[in-house]
Amino acid sequence: MAAPEAIAVTKALEAVMRNDRGRLIAALISRLRDFQLAEEALQEAAISALSHWGRVGLPASPQGWLLKVALRKAIDRLRGGARETRKAADLAHLVADEADESEAEMIPDQRLRLIFTCCHPALDPKSRVALTLRTLGGLTTGEIARAFLDAEPTMGQRLSRAKAKISAAGIPFKVPDPEDLPDRLNSVLTVVYLIFNAGYTVGPSLDRDLCAEAIFLARMLALLQPAEAEVEGCLALLLLTHARRDARLQRGESVALTDQDRALWDGPMLAEGLAILDAALARRAPGPFQIKAAIAACQNQSPPDWPQIAALYAGLYRYEPTPIIHLNQAVALAEAGHLPMALGALQALAEPLADYQPYHAACAEYFGRAGQMPAAITAYTRAIDLAASPADAAFLTRRRANLIP
Amino acid sequence: MQYMLLIYGAPEVEPQYGTPAFKEMMAGYAAASARMVEDGVMRSGEGLQGVETATSLRIRDGKVETMDGPFATTKEHLGGYHVIDVPNLDVALKYAALIPSALYGTIEVRPLMDYNPAGN
Repeated sequence: MAAPEAIAVTKALEAVMRNDRGRLIAALISRLRDFQLAEEALQEAAISALSHWGRVGLPASPQGWLLKVALRKAIDRLRGGARETRKAADLAHLVADEADESEAEMIPDQRLRLIFTCCHPALDPKSRVALTLRTLGGLTTGEIARAFLDAEPTMGQRLSRAKAKISAAGIPFKVPDPEDLPDRLNSVLTVVYLIFNAGYTVGPSLDRDLCAEAIFLARMLALLQPAEAEVEGCLALLLLTHARRDARLQRGESVALTDQDRALWDGPMLAEGLAILDAALARRAPGPFQIKAAIAACQNQSPPDWPQIAALYAGLYRYEPTPIIHLNQAVALAEAGHLPMALGALQALAEPLADYQPYHAACAEYFGRAGQMPAAITAYTRAIDLAASPADAAFLTRRRANLIP
Repeated sequence: MQYMLLIYGAPEVEPQYGTPAFKEMMAGYAAASARMVEDGVMRSGEGLQGVETATSLRIRDGKVETMDGPFATTKEHLGGYHVIDVPNLDVALKYAALIPSALYGTIEVRPLMDYNPAGN
């Protein structure tokens, strides 16, 4: 084939694999009930596509073509006895399915079932995150490993253990029953939020923007599980936080919320986040993600509504009774003008948050404001030692230098 | 799929014999078993005598070593089990949640080994 055609085919395939990989994988897993087989079959189908499409041109439905070929590849593998444990009845069922598959047929969207499976509480939390990024985000094992500062073989093992457990333990490929839905949805949203936070902490240096991945997943959930207040709350939270991304860093240094240049905030994204939050709150089904989104909305006001933020953290504590929520509440109290009360709360958290960087950064700031310089300088030093990014370390080092006359 | 629900508990944190809470717990066990039988999912289920009756055995270098006590000396030990046959893990977890020991101890849910996966 001529070089320009080859490039066009490669580009078309890349686009399909980027935009529709999650949907295709979900459709394949739904048929095959085997994560590994689905991934390998889709990979093989993509390789076939390169030569086939180059010879005869793009099919009418590249997605349908890939699904059909991937299914056929999977059936070939099953027939070849690569997985002898497969029941003969399953195979017959797959063959029948494949016969029905016409290119123009709409591929049913199975991604909701897939994300509930990936985020099943029977898997450990880190594996839920990794599996979601792998199957629905289409990140490579290497990309996921780098995002979570793991070695690639370690992440590879984690992914294969999780896939093996899904099949061996009989984790179902389905949307949970209504009585289980709130808890299971919270598990899914927590994974989405963890992905967002990983992107937020590491910053835009990664090969894939995890914040954008998380927003993509939250939008997908809002589309597939509509009218769900917590899903909307989660999406609003991500949008309201992400809208500030361009103002968070200046010359490689983190900028505190109140010092950020609001002109750099993404206005349309903020407006969208607020509208979605309003819709969520109107459903009168409160939950932790809506509270977090409301906090983000209050933080975006000028000046931030600190008393309201402190009250919201108190509400959030009912859902998530963790010392980190108490820390955030203490920060809001301090900003609302209740410095002595905040310092008392911070001192009470010294033990549970001994290794938590934001705790020491908060102590540094507020002991400094209260004029307790030795305590502030000790806290700055600890916070700099524990800083996750050079930008945070740079910010704190400069603040500490300002304290010393 | 068949699952074993392994019932782990620490006797000292469970209701004591003769108390109303104990009666309630025993009624809970009976109700859980009855429900599994009624739903047609129960394959078997037994309670074990206390851990003070346990004897452990292993063979090392061809010699049988016999020891007093359970395999692992932890606070919580195996007190009984159910084997149920249900479509998937979510359903198995629902039955596990019916067992009163879930309130005081832990129910471990493990799929049984399938020796004939092809179903021949």
